[in-house]
Amino acid sequence: MENERSGASETREMIICRDVHKWFGDFHVLRGVNLTLRRGEVVVICGPSGSGKSTLIRTINRLEEHQKGDIFVDGIELTHDIRNVHAIRQEIGMVFQHFNLFPHLTAIQNVTLAPIYVRRWSKDKAEEVARQLLERVGIPEQAEKYPGQLSGGQQQRVAIARALAMQPKIMFFDEPTSALDPEMIKEVLDVMVELATGGMTMIVVTHEMGFAREVSDRIIFFDEGNIVEENPPDKFFSAAKEERTKLFLSQILHQ
Amino acid sequence: MTTATEVMKPPRTEVGVLGWLKKNLFGTWYDALLTVGSVAFISVVLYGVTNWALTGAKWGVVTTNIKVFMVGRYPYSEIWRIWASIGLFAVMAAITGVVWRLNIARARRAVTISWIVVSLLTVVLLAGFGENTPIPRVPLAIWSGLMLTLTLGIVGIVASFPIGVLLALGRRSNLPVIKVFSTMFIEIVRGVPLITVLFIAMLMLPLFLPASISGRLSNVLRVMVGMTLFSAAYVAENVRGGLQAIPKGQYEAGRAVGLNEAYVMALIVLPQALRAMIPAIVGQFISLYKDTSLVVIVGLLDLLGIAKAVTGQTEWIGTQKEVFAFAGVIYFITCSALSYASRRLEKQLGVGER
Ligand SMILES: Nc1ncnc2c1ncn2[C@@H]1O[C@H](COP(=O)(O)OP(=O)(O)OP(=O)(O)O)[C@@H](O)[C@H]1O
Ligand SMILES: [Mg+2]
Repeated sequence: MENERSGASETREMIICRDVHKWFGDFHVLRGVNLTLRRGEVVVICGPSGSGKSTLIRTINRLEEHQKGDIFVDGIELTHDIRNVHAIRQEIGMVFQHFNLFPHLTAIQNVTLAPIYVRRWSKDKAEEVARQLLERVGIPEQAEKYPGQLSGGQQQRVAIARALAMQPKIMFFDEPTSALDPEMIKEVLDVMVELATGGMTMIVVTHEMGFAREVSDRIIFFDEGNIVEENPPDKFFSAAKEERTKLFLSQILHQ
Repeated sequence: MTTATEVMKPPRTEVGVLGWLKKNLFGTWYDALLTVGSVAFISVVLYGVTNWALTGAKWGVVTTNIKVFMVGRYPYSEIWRIWASIGLFAVMAAITGVVWRLNIARARRAVTISWIVVSLLTVVLLAGFGENTPIPRVPLAIWSGLMLTLTLGIVGIVASFPIGVLLALGRRSNLPVIKVFSTMFIEIVRGVPLITVLFIAMLMLPLFLPASISGRLSNVLRVMVGMTLFSAAYVAENVRGGLQAIPKGQYEAGRAVGLNEAYVMALIVLPQALRAMIPAIVGQFISLYKDTSLVVIVGLLDLLGIAKAVTGQTEWIGTQKEVFAFAGVIYFITCSALSYASRRLEKQLGVGER
């Protein structure tokens, strides 16, 4: 009995997408996506530009609205009910391609803002946690600086700390390194590897195949609004079945 | 062949007064022409004005009537109340300066609250209570002179700012009623000259409001309402401009960390929008302040109204130059103070640096 219960919560799906459709006007962006993520799973999504990768993850935390299909996050259904939307957003931390830090706040204020106003933590507690997080992403000494005074890699690490501050169960990364200079990519990937190996449930949209190979449980190839093929990393690179996947792989691996 | 590279002295630059003059004022023949022309023009004007101010002008009209210019018809026995108010504000300004300079985070909220309390206190102090109290009532209707100018300016600025922000937000609202109302209000007010708004406030308010209410509204109060709403429409457009400049990613980042729409607006979007629009909004406030001089037309005696009244007295006939020069200097000083405050605020908030 006890086994069963703990088993149930262990394997409970963190994200379920069932036949999710979305249109931008007449344009059919998501065409019946089915995706399930278990607790602790790290999934990398890759695919051509404009295929709808960003739209998919933005739909799951309601930065975009889907028009058909069901989405569940940690057992909460994504509906029009604003309470559900808020509950889901608090489960998910999001990191954007262009960081989207709040430029009028210092690094540490960026991190403490949501804990103070959403979680109602005291300023002292929020700052203590924020300092630990900045330590964890490797920039404790930049706490009092404004985003404009930080390098791209440092900004993205502040953004990761900001997302982690809400203690999310899931992290979304939307091309977190593609706006960065090459020498800064590694410092951000290192933080992400540390998170992944630490057991965080993650969806990462990226073309960093080294990262995918190293830490992902599954790689999804996404094209024309749907999942074309998904496989564990070893199989994904060597045993792709679909022509489109092979073509895409040959393009990104020979860059 | 011993020396491969020569040690070079930096190139000589023209320094000193002559060098500067040559570079900046006489660089080309048309620069030189402009310089000579401007200097000649400025000299003639300055000479004429100084000569008049020092020898011809009869400043007696200003010194004799200084109280009238400053407080108009405010009872002279009660002038201590004005001094007390000025004193209160000076103390508050000093405290604020110290708290901000030393960056005492904990005291900021207390200072902000004190400002509100002190402002309300000042209003009570200046307006007073009933007949037989230590501070008898001085009805708004007889406020005049520079005091009226400042009151209209300050009330207009302080009240039109929040109303303007609300209108700007209303114009972007998803609720059709609020959106339509805000848009119509802004567009109608902006399509009408201030004078018209003032006449409407004076003459037409009684038509909308029941007599029991409108009868009690003094002219000064009506003008205040009119000017505030007028200015609010312009503030709203400035704020809207600032809001449009905020990228979508800022809203999304706010929502993604779990903030609700009100917090996203109040903590992330508005602070950035307002910071960016400080110069434009202060510009609007300065023009509102100068526009208070239009209240003469509806019969109020602000600084300019008093000036006109004084020069109309037989005693002071022919002293218009002196009186209006004096009023001009006062406006110049107060407006400069406003734009100085704006520049300080911009610097403090680091506009343009981040
Ligand atoms: N707000 C929007 N309105 C209309 N069309 C949109 C909008 N956002 C995205 N699209 C379109 O939807 C499609 C999918 O966009 P999306 O950003 O999800 O692609 P992506 O796979 O993330 O591409 P990339 O690798 O370039 O980031 C694109 O064709 C894009 O032009
Ligand atoms: Mg994308």
